[in-house]
Amino acid sequence: MIRQIRHLSAFFLLLLVALLLNASRLQVVDAEEYQDNPANRRQNIARYSAPRGNILVGEESVTGSRDTGERLRYERTYTNGPLYAPVTGYASQIYGTALLEDAEDDVLSGADPRLAAFPGFSLWHALTREREAAGDVHTTIDPAVQRAAADGLGGARGAVAALEPGTGKILALVSSPSYDPAEISGNGTAAADAWRRLTTAGQQPMLNRALRQTYPPGSTFKVVTAAAALDAGVVTDPDEATDSPSPFTLPGTETELTNEAQGCENADLRYAMEVSCNTVFAKLGVETGLDRMADAAERFGFNDDGLRVPSRAATSVFDTDMNDAQLALSAIGQYDTAATPLQMAMVASAVAGGGKLRRPYLVDRITDADGDTVSRTRARTYDRAMSADTARTLRELMRGVVENGTGRNAALPGAEVGGKTGTAQHGVGNEGVPYAWFISWARADGAEQPAVAVAVVVEDAAADRADVSGGGDAAPIARAVMAAALGR
Amino acid sequence: MRHPRRRGTELLLLLIAVLISGYGYVEVGLATGGAVPAGAAGYGAGLGLLALLAHGAVRLRAGYADPLLLPIAVLLNGIGLVLIYRLDLATPSDEAAPTQLVWSALGVGLFTAVVLLLRDHRTLQRYAYLSVATALVLLVVPIFFPAVNGARIWIRAGGLSFQPGEFAKILLAIFFAAYLAVNRHALAYTGRRIRKLQFPTARVLGPVLTIWLASVGVLVLERDLGTSLLFFGLFVVLLYVATGRTGWIAVGLLLAAAGAVAVGSLEPHVHSRVENWLHPFASIEAGEGAGQLAQTYFAFASGGLLGSGLGQGDSILIGFAAKSDFILATAGEELGLAGLFAIFLLYALLVARGLRAGLAQRNPFGRLLATGLASIVALQVFVIAGGVTGLIPLTGMAMPFLAQGGSSVVTNWIIVALLIRMSDAARRPEPAPEGPPDGPADGPGDGTGAGPAPSGGGPGGVPGGAPGGEGNRT
Repeated sequence: MIRQIRHLSAFFLLLLVALLLNASRLQVVDAEEYQDNPANRRQNIARYSAPRGNILVGEESVTGSRDTGERLRYERTYTNGPLYAPVTGYASQIYGTALLEDAEDDVLSGADPRLAAFPGFSLWHALTREREAAGDVHTTIDPAVQRAAADGLGGARGAVAALEPGTGKILALVSSPSYDPAEISGNGTAAADAWRRLTTAGQQPMLNRALRQTYPPGSTFKVVTAAAALDAGVVTDPDEATDSPSPFTLPGTETELTNEAQGCENADLRYAMEVSCNTVFAKLGVETGLDRMADAAERFGFNDDGLRVPSRAATSVFDTDMNDAQLALSAIGQYDTAATPLQMAMVASAVAGGGKLRRPYLVDRITDADGDTVSRTRARTYDRAMSADTARTLRELMRGVVENGTGRNAALPGAEVGGKTGTAQHGVGNEGVPYAWFISWARADGAEQPAVAVAVVVEDAAADRADVSGGGDAAPIARAVMAAALGR
Repeated sequence: MRHPRRRGTELLLLLIAVLISGYGYVEVGLATGGAVPAGAAGYGAGLGLLALLAHGAVRLRAGYADPLLLPIAVLLNGIGLVLIYRLDLATPSDEAAPTQLVWSALGVGLFTAVVLLLRDHRTLQRYAYLSVATALVLLVVPIFFPAVNGARIWIRAGGLSFQPGEFAKILLAIFFAAYLAVNRHALAYTGRRIRKLQFPTARVLGPVLTIWLASVGVLVLERDLGTSLLFFGLFVVLLYVATGRTGWIAVGLLLAAAGAVAVGSLEPHVHSRVENWLHPFASIEAGEGAGQLAQTYFAFASGGLLGSGLGQGDSILIGFAAKSDFILATAGEELGLAGLFAIFLLYALLVARGLRAGLAQRNPFGRLLATGLASIVALQVFVIAGGVTGLIPLTGMAMPFLAQGGSSVVTNWIIVALLIRMSDAARRPEPAPEGPPDGPADGPGDGTGAGPAPSGGGPGGVPGGAPGGEGNRT
C-alpha cells in the first residue's frame, strides 16, 4: 500500500507539473496572442479608463471627456464640434479615431513613451503597468480665422484651408457641411444611429473636404503653370506678348479652346493672369513641356501620396503620362488634374513665401499632463517650388488679379493682396454646377512678409451655373479669412 | 519515534495566513476605491477568529496533527474570500462575499465539531453502508429539482441552495475505504493473469461495474461531468492503492474511455464542452464575440507574470460563474502566474500532507481514507484548473476553498478536519488511552501488502465491526 501511495504521489506530481506548464503557456508564452485578439476588450477598457488628452485651439480646449460610469468609462466630448471637426476628427468607442484624434492618438491616450516620467525604465512600466496621464495637443489653428472661414462658407458645400506662408502653420481647416463628432463618441445605439445617418447622408458631412477631397483646380492652377513657364524660361518678361492664338487648337486635335475673357490673343502673361486667359496658359503649358510641368507641379506638392499634417491629406494629382492636348488642358487645371484645397493653399503659400514652400502642419506642440512641452513642431521646408525671381514676378501678377482682374472682391484696405480665381467645370460633359475657387495671400502694410495664404472652394455656389465664378463666390470668403488672419 | 507537537508553528502560520488575506482585502479597497474598505477590520477579525477557533479545537483534541493542514486551508479560504469580494465590486447587485463568509464560518464550525467529537476516525468504518446509502440518496435527490444552468445538482429550499453531491464525496470516500480495506486481497489475488496484468474475476468485478454505472448515471441524469469524473477517478485510485494491481488501472481507464466516448458523442451537453475546448474561439470567428472559455483565456493572458494587481483586472468579463467555476481566472489575471503558482503549490502541499497522513496510518482503512480524501482534493483541483486553463475539456466544479459555493467550502473543511484527525492519530507517540487495545505500540512501521493475509472480512463481506477489529494488520 505504501508503494502505491508513493506511485499515486508521483502521478499527482505529474498532474501538478502539467498544470504549471500549461498555466505558463497561457499566461506568458501565448499571452500576447490572446491580448491582441480583437474580441479581447481589455485594451479598449484600459484605453477609456482615464480621461483622454485634449486638443487645443489658441490655448482653449475644443475637446473634453465625460465620465459615463460604464465599463468603457470616459467618453469624448467636443465644444464647437462641427466647427472643429475637420481639425479634430472623432474619437469613438465603436468606430475608432480619425484625423488629429487618430494621428495623435498615442499622445491623447497616454501611450506615447515621451509622456513617461522616466522614459528609459520600460521594465519598471511593464511591472507596475501604470498608464501615463494623457498629453494635450496644441494646434496651429487660429480660432478667429477658423470661425471666419466657416461663417464665410455659411453652410454651403465647400472647404477652406489657410496657411501661414513663413512657417507652414495651418491657420484654418474648414469643411462644410460639417457634423458634431460628439454624436458618435459613445458606444450606445444613439452613437450607432448617428453613425449610420452621418455616413449615408447625401451631403457627406463627415468628408473632410479641405484635406481629403480633390477637385479639378481650374484656373487657379494657372499659377503653377506660370511658375513652371517662368522658371523654364519659356516666358522671360511678363509684359511681353506671348504669341498665342485665340481660340487655341489643342495639339493633334481639331478641338478649339476658347476664353471667357476678351483680348486674350497674343496677350502678355500679366494680362492673361488678370483676366484668366485659357489659351495663353494652355499654350505655355505645351511649350514648357510635360516633364518640366510635372516637375514644377510636384515641387508644389502634387503627386505626393505621403503628405501628413499629421492627418493624412489626399494625394493631389498632376498626370505624368499625357499627350500635348491633355497637357494643354491640364495646364489650365482641367483634364485629370485634381487638387485638395490644402494643396492649392500650398500653391498660394509658395508664391507668398518667396518661392520657398513650407511643409504644412497642424500640431504646434504637445504637452504632458503637467503642461510641460514634450515636443514642438519646427517649421520645415517642403521644397523650393520656384526661384525667388519667379516668385517675385508671380506675386506681382497675382496682385494684379486682385487690383485689376477677376479677384477684385478679395481686396483688403491696408494690405497687399494677391489672388487667382478659378471656375472648374466637372461632371459628365461638364454638366455639374462648376466649382468656384479662389486662392490668395495677404501682407499687411508695414509687414515684411505675407502672413496668410488661403484656398477656398465652393461646390454649389449658385443654382444657376452661369452665375458661378471664383471671383464672385469664393473671393469674398477668402477676403474674410485673410482679414481675420491679419487681425482686422 | 516521538513527534513534536508543533502547535506553535501552526499558530504562527495561521497568523501569516490571516495577515495575507487581510492585506489582500485592504489592497482591493485601495486599488478600486483609494481607501481601506470599511469592513476590513471586521473581515480580518472574523477570519482570525475562525482560525483561532479551529486552532483551539486542534490544540485541544488533535495536538499532534500536521501543523500545515489548517494554515493552508485558512489561507486558501481567505484568498477565496478576497477574490469573491473583489468580484462583488464589479457586480454590485450580486454580493457573494458575505454569504461565503457565513458558509466559511459554518465550515469551520463543522471542522471544530469533527475534531472535537470524532475521537477516532476508525469509528467511521462502522458506518460504511450507511454512508453509501446516504451518498446515493444525496446524489439522487437533486434529480427531482429543476435544473440550474443545465445541471441537476442543486437542491433549493427557501433562499438557500445547496449541492448535495459535494457531501457525497466524503461519504463515498468513507465507503470505498471501508469496502476496499476488507476486500482488497480478494480483489488482488483472484482472477486471471494475462501477461503482466492480473485481471479480476467477474464476481469481484460486479461492485466495480456498479460504481462505474452509478457515476455514468450521475452524469447522464444530472449532467454533471465533473462530479462523475471525480467519483470514478477516486474509485480507480483507491482500487489501485488497495490492491496494488495495475490491471485495475487498465480496467478503469478502459471503462472511463468507453464511458467518455459514449457520453461525449451522445450527450449534447458534454459534446458541446468538448467542442468548446477544441475550438475556444469559434464564437469569435462566427462574429458573436468571445465565449466564456475565450474570456477566461484572455483573463489569464492579461495577468502575465506578475498580474494586474488585485482589483485592477477585468476578469468579470467572463460573466456567469466568474466567482465560482472560473474564480481561478481572477487569481491568474490579478495575481499573475506567480500568484497562480503559489495557489497551485498550496493545493499540492495540502494534497502531499494528506497523502503523508495516509502513509503514516497504522491500518488499511485509515490509509485508504486519508489517500481518498487527499485524492478528492487533487483530482478536483486538476479537473477544474485544467478545465479553465484549457488543458482538458471544461467541467463545472468548484475550486476547493477558493470558489464561491457553500456546500463546497463546508465539505472541504470537513475533509481537512478528517485529515487533521488522522495525522494526529499517526503522529501521536503512544496510542491514545481511548484507542484500540490492539494498536501497534511501535509506530507506523507495520508492513503492508506483504502477502495474502488472513482477512477479517471475505470478499463482499461486511466491513466494520469494532475499530481495530478488522484484522488486516500483519
